[in-house]
Amino acid sequence: MSPLGEPLSRVDGKLKVTGSAKYSAEFEIPQLAYAVMVQSTIPSGRIARMDTSAAERIPGVVAVLKPGNALELPGAERRVSVLQDDLVHYDRQPVAVVVAETLEQAHHAASMVRVEYAKADAKLNFDAGFPTSYPGSHNGIPGDLSFGDVDAGLRQAEITIDQVYTTPIQHHNPMEPHATIAKWDGDHLSIHDATQHISGVQETLAKMFAIPKENVHVTCLFVGGGFGCKGQVWSHVILAALAAKQTNRPVKLVLERPQMFGPVGARPRTHQKLTLGATRDGKLTAIRHEVHANTSEIEDYLESSAFPTRVMYSCPNVATIHRLVPLNLGTPTYMRAPGVATGTYAVEVAMDELAYELEMDPLQLRLINYTDVDPHTKVPFSEKNLRGCYSRAADRFGWSKRSHGPQTMREGKLAIGWGMATETYPGKNLPAAALVRLQPDGTAVVASGTQEIGNGIYTVMTEVAADTLKMSPRLFTAVLGDTNLPPAPISAGSMTTASVGPAVREAALRLRSQLIAIASRDAQSPLHGADESDVELQDGKMFLRSAPGRSDNFKSLLARHGNRPVEASAQVKPGVNENQYSVHSFGAVFAEVAVDPDVRMVRVQRVVAVFDVGKVLNEKLGRSQFIGGIVWGISLALFEDTHVDWRNGRIINANLADYLVPVNRDIGEIDVSTLDIPDTKLDSLGARGIGEIGITGTGAAVANAVFHATGKRVRDLPITPDKLL
Amino acid sequence: MQPFKYRREENSAAAVAAIGQLEHSKFLAGGTNLIDLMKNGVERPAALVDINRLPLAKIEALPDGGVRLGALARNSDTANHPLVRERYPLLAYAILSGASPQLRNLATNGGNLLQRTRCPYFMDTGFAQCNKRDPGSGCGAIEGFNRMHAIFGTSEQCIATHPSDMCVALAALEARIVIMGPQGERIIPIAEFHRLPGDTPQSDTTLRPGELITSIDLPKSPYARHSHYLKIRDRSSYEFALVSVAAALELDGDTITSARLVLGGVAHKPWRLEQAEKILTGNKMERHLFAAAAHTGMEGAKTFRYNRYKVEMATRGIRQALGVAGGVA
Ligand SMILES: Cc1cc2nc3c(=O)[nH]c(=O)nc-3n(C[C@H](O)[C@H](O)[C@H](O)COP(=O)(O)OP(=O)(O)OC[C@H]3O[C@@H](n4cnc5c(N)ncnc54)[C@H](O)[C@@H]3O)c2cc1C
Repeated sequence: MSPLGEPLSRVDGKLKVTGSAKYSAEFEIPQLAYAVMVQSTIPSGRIARMDTSAAERIPGVVAVLKPGNALELPGAERRVSVLQDDLVHYDRQPVAVVVAETLEQAHHAASMVRVEYAKADAKLNFDAGFPTSYPGSHNGIPGDLSFGDVDAGLRQAEITIDQVYTTPIQHHNPMEPHATIAKWDGDHLSIHDATQHISGVQETLAKMFAIPKENVHVTCLFVGGGFGCKGQVWSHVILAALAAKQTNRPVKLVLERPQMFGPVGARPRTHQKLTLGATRDGKLTAIRHEVHANTSEIEDYLESSAFPTRVMYSCPNVATIHRLVPLNLGTPTYMRAPGVATGTYAVEVAMDELAYELEMDPLQLRLINYTDVDPHTKVPFSEKNLRGCYSRAADRFGWSKRSHGPQTMREGKLAIGWGMATETYPGKNLPAAALVRLQPDGTAVVASGTQEIGNGIYTVMTEVAADTLKMSPRLFTAVLGDTNLPPAPISAGSMTTASVGPAVREAALRLRSQLIAIASRDAQSPLHGADESDVELQDGKMFLRSAPGRSDNFKSLLARHGNRPVEASAQVKPGVNENQYSVHSFGAVFAEVAVDPDVRMVRVQRVVAVFDVGKVLNEKLGRSQFIGGIVWGISLALFEDTHVDWRNGRIINANLADYLVPVNRDIGEIDVSTLDIPDTKLDSLGARGIGEIGITGTGAAVANAVFHATGKRVRDLPITPDKLL
Repeated sequence: MQPFKYRREENSAAAVAAIGQLEHSKFLAGGTNLIDLMKNGVERPAALVDINRLPLAKIEALPDGGVRLGALARNSDTANHPLVRERYPLLAYAILSGASPQLRNLATNGGNLLQRTRCPYFMDTGFAQCNKRDPGSGCGAIEGFNRMHAIFGTSEQCIATHPSDMCVALAALEARIVIMGPQGERIIPIAEFHRLPGDTPQSDTTLRPGELITSIDLPKSPYARHSHYLKIRDRSSYEFALVSVAAALELDGDTITSARLVLGGVAHKPWRLEQAEKILTGNKMERHLFAAAAHTGMEGAKTFRYNRYKVEMATRGIRQALGVAGGVA
């Protein structure tokens, strides 16, 4: 049996650890040709001349596509760089594609393409762009939102904190780079793509090539990490399809690691001005959170850093403001906990600064400003038990043994610091569809056009279907990642489980009803004439609650009905009425750092976090998501930083040796747990999604711990040793 | 990557002959640096002479109490060899603080000596300027993002650093580099092996074209008991040094009878602080002595926009490394 929440191991775990899970670049296709992108080396201007003759002479080269000879795409837009014009909007923009018989030939030829540019002035000064910055929105939610009267609130304040916090550009860098294989069959296009959104790829390609959506078939069985950068359809996907069409060959295009830095999104740089006003006893009277974040010259993406500020604390006067600063860089995009990761860093450090000003325990300050209603809409949260998170996390961490002053805790020679923060992430979901099919041999299939991005959705689908039909999870095969399946939304925003789970539940419930109805109509069945409400399922059998002796099993039922499978599907839009409830997850995170007093290297020794995320459908998968998120939070605080040469907009650490993410040795003990209280207002599963909340707050908790250890407040991430000297 | 000829040789004489015959050729050892640079288009050899089968992987004791490290011994085998651990723990720690286990398993001692700078303007042909890669094109780093760059011995042409950890310890241990060339064998002291950029930043070392490193010879050392390699970096492993310090002391009770102090991450070569060594020698170990040595050591540092911190960081690093080496930290 499969009681939901049990730590069932990943059903695809064995495939993955044995290397037999097939990722999108790994499909063998006869006649395959290899494509390599050539990228710009200037941030702004025009291609004055491109000499491809040497490249074309390289043996094995099939074609060199460039503006001028590339197919015209009826649906092309400025936001993608698909060789439709000679304009350059950012460094590392694709400007040509070499197609060859082998990857090596394609690489060699790509290195022989000579491009001359006519440079234009580039916008690369972030701060200088503030005066001409402009408002934006994030997923349709306006960037500017205020309630109460912040100026009045600040006048009432006895203490104010007014600081600027900055976070750098970051790049996602999943282990699997972006990869696309495209193959045309007349006007039918099949695509293997590393994507978080197969239907998005389908729609975009249909539009680009002006063919019906049904003509585009997209598959993606596994994604080797996405973190947001595989949510959109970037230039290379379209270029692969274009190259395949133009060369009349199936074409594979895999990005190299340095190519991940530019044309496929990034977390933008933020400059966040936080003003907090409070009374002496710690009541917030005003919060003003003003964000400047960069976007590109070709498309707007808003890093919504002030969004969490709208829901975190009880404060009558709040202003949240966002401004976009367009630069000649690749377009930024969603990156794990978009907006919330960077925003909670700023707000939660500001709260820490306020606590020290008040000489108050930072946890106490959070409790004083606790809210059970959404401070903006004034509607209650669907389910919020953050107090429980605070107290359990504080207990597990040993917070009561903290000494308040900075630089007061030591361990041998090392300075020890403790810090904490609140975590939060919106609970979201989108309509999704699924089907469940019982096979005559007693096994079953559960299917949905969703994506496995490491989130464990193969396992979740299996568990939910097995739990609903009271069958062993081992009898199920989960199928996903194919546009021929019932459609599901993008795998992002921590919504996959919360969207696909309920669809599977509903499809399985319908299948259950169908099976009972068949039995009830079947004169040969012991359940003949049974009423559905009297039937229970167990171990592949149905029996009457009123007469447990009367039972029938699925296999014999189907045998008597022509050995045909029985199938049910469902499309559901889970969720609550927003006028009634506000849906957010919360958590509390505590961190301990040890800092070398001389040379100032920082190590995070311990993180304790407790989450309130609704029902956790699989404890084991959940833990991985939380731990991964916390590692990202540590990375935000101490390591990640895309260095741009601001003279020419070229990223200078475009590789994994120089773009730092933590190594094992940087990560200490991580203790995560959940309250596991189902959000019953949402749907029958009561799960709010867990993929991103771990990164929120963690950056601040680490930064606050560094302050506690050193007495130094670094407000410019990442906190590297040089900034602490 | 550009296509290239490949040839494998079994002995040193044949390898030296081959490299002389084949135009634009290079030796291939572990390949952990060379192959990366070929992929980036920074190195474009027409031919590679694979030297991995040359019988130069031994680590053996020398009659004078020193140790010979074969040029093709892997970094991990070198660091874990009992002779090295016992006689030159400074070297073992320096090697183990570099790169990652996977890289050290491939990287050879000879290749480590000759690894090239990690300056991003050198590593990426997308940048037009780099005097080291393309002499006369200018230096991208002087006015660019130079957080990792040199503060000693720079020139108008180049401010790159030598990135090796191993070489910093070798400099403290006064290693001798044994070389076989078309004219036979010669020995270069480590202090003269790497050079400052001056007007010819394209040459990292005094090795002549076609010469093969056969071994690194370490003289007998009095520093086995009191030495420390401190590496200050942005993460705790798999990352080059912001600043590193090799400190080695010979003690008579509390008195320093001789000292070696070398910095990494601050110059185009391991940066030995001989004046600071003199200050230490003959004196009792004390905080202010270490501070005075550090102060003297950092005299003459010239910083750039993003690497000003290196002076303070190195000052603190020197004090800490001396303290740990002397057992008084
Ligand atoms: C991601 C990464 C991180 C790293 N981090 C560190 C670090 O923290 N600290 C550190 O010290 N190093 C670090 N390294 C560098 C590493 O130590 C060197 O790449 C390695 O030592 C080179 O040895 P190799 O045998 O692979 O050399 P190869 O790449 O084979 O050769 C390098 C050069 O030496 C020449 N050569 C090799 N052997 C001989 C010989 N016997 N005679 C003459 N010429 C020869 C080759 O022709 C080539 O020009 C790192 C490397 C990488 C890729």
